[in-house]
Amino acid sequence: MNKDLKDSTPTDSEVILGILNNSETALKRLYIAYFPMVLQLIINNNGDEDDAKDIYQEAIIVLYNKVKAGDFELSSKLKTYIYSICRRLWLKRLSQINRYGGDVRDFQEFMPANDDEFDQHNDRDMQFGKMESALRLLGEPCKTIVEDFYINNRSMQDICERFGYTNADNAKTQKYKCLQRLKKLFFQQK
Amino acid sequence: MSDNELLEVIERYLNGEMSRDERKSFELQRKENADVDKKVVEHKLFTNLLKQYGERVELEKRLNAIHEEIDVHTLKENLLVHPSWIVQLWRSHHSKISVAASVAIFAVLSVMYIAGSFNSNNSVDQLKRKVDQLDQLNKSIRSSINNIKKSGNVDPGFTGTGFAISSNLIVTNNHVIDGANSVSVQNADGKLFKAEVLYTEPQTDIAILKVTDTAFTGLGATPYTFKRAGSDLGEAVYTLGYSSDTPVYGRGDLTSENGENSNDSVHYRISIPLNHGNSGGPLLDSKGDVIGIVNAKQTQVEGAHFAIKTGYLLDAIHHIPADSLKRRIILNKKNTLAGLSRQQQLKKLNNYIFMVKVY
Repeated sequence: MNKDLKDSTPTDSEVILGILNNSETALKRLYIAYFPMVLQLIINNNGDEDDAKDIYQEAIIVLYNKVKAGDFELSSKLKTYIYSICRRLWLKRLSQINRYGGDVRDFQEFMPANDDEFDQHNDRDMQFGKMESALRLLGEPCKTIVEDFYINNRSMQDICERFGYTNADNAKTQKYKCLQRLKKLFFQQK
Repeated sequence: MSDNELLEVIERYLNGEMSRDERKSFELQRKENADVDKKVVEHKLFTNLLKQYGERVELEKRLNAIHEEIDVHTLKENLLVHPSWIVQLWRSHHSKISVAASVAIFAVLSVMYIAGSFNSNNSVDQLKRKVDQLDQLNKSIRSSINNIKKSGNVDPGFTGTGFAISSNLIVTNNHVIDGANSVSVQNADGKLFKAEVLYTEPQTDIAILKVTDTAFTGLGATPYTFKRAGSDLGEAVYTLGYSSDTPVYGRGDLTSENGENSNDSVHYRISIPLNHGNSGGPLLDSKGDVIGIVNAKQTQVEGAHFAIKTGYLLDAIHHIPADSLKRRIILNKKNTLAGLSRQQQLKKLNNYIFMVKVY
């Protein structure tokens, strides 16, 4: 860890407040501060930099969602928390790809894993995976209509103009059909 | 109400776009119609999930953008736990090291080839010759052994004379027994007894043997005494020795008090015809005193022979280590030869003179 990164390491409360306030700077500082630690863990335990990126981002998302949900209590240093999540995620990944040698070489102290927390996270990840593939199967223009309306909070008026619908009722009908198809695609997956 | 219309109503409801009255009537409808309620819950969950999915995708985009700014490669270099320098050296230079090693091996082999180390024919030939030589040697040894067996008797390599100084000790010349594997003495009756070398003084050519044979009964006191004092020029001297397989008497004069020249005070010069078999025999004066040990080695002076003065014999006896003797040597002090005729002297002497046989 070089000096610049160390100097810019945010305090734990800065990070939490930053996430709550949607601060892009805080997120960036958090990300830059602890990535080297996780990179070190992964590359010295049979992984590469891409694995490190995946694992680290997943851990940041876990932290982000917990903070956003308002049930985040910091019981240790944020650094230890992040390391522990990454360690746990990497162990799981290693055993999935049969590269697990029985133990990992550790570089930080860590906390025992909280399985409930991870089950919740994994459930949501699974739902998101299904949603992603459902949207992909949905195809255009339905995908954009659904995303614009339900994700990007665009008004029906905007959507009408973008897709050249002559009146809002036609657009609403189209949006309804699209949503129904998406639901069907989503629930069909198992 | 069509599904489409219902969905729009639900959305307006969930988005809080209804008027108060409208809301109340819809909530009533929800309570009464389970199907409507189910649709509301379902739609809420699904759209929330959709929304969260959108947020997740957005967050991932942000994180990826941040990630782009990190120089992962440099970080990786710094963070990888590096193996020891020798492993690193190998990893980064193994091709060069391999080439270097190959060149070195090739060079060594070339040099060895040029220098003839691989000239295997040559060394095989050498080996063959060696084996042949050994074979030859082996054959000759075997034939010699056969010859010995045929003759039935082992010929002594060299013989000399010895005379008794005590009950079981015999003095002779060192050159008689030098390098011998085994030594025996034979008395006037032709009986052979085993002996061992007790003490030698190569510088004066004196050796003292001990008869170890169990058949040897020992001798009485010697009839002669040992005269330490020097004898005079012109003194008549004689010896009895095994210049052949029987004792041979020889007489002459003491021709010089020194040996080959004035520096040689160890020897007398004597004028007695001798051959090498006489070596180690006693030199006696007319009274029967031993004045020297005949030394019949070849000399440069025609007809001249030498005898080691008795003084050196007495010194040698004195020098024998005490631990190789069971008891002190007591030399005879009483001369029983004096006054006897030469024939009688020789008869008495005969029992105390031995042929020394060396194998």
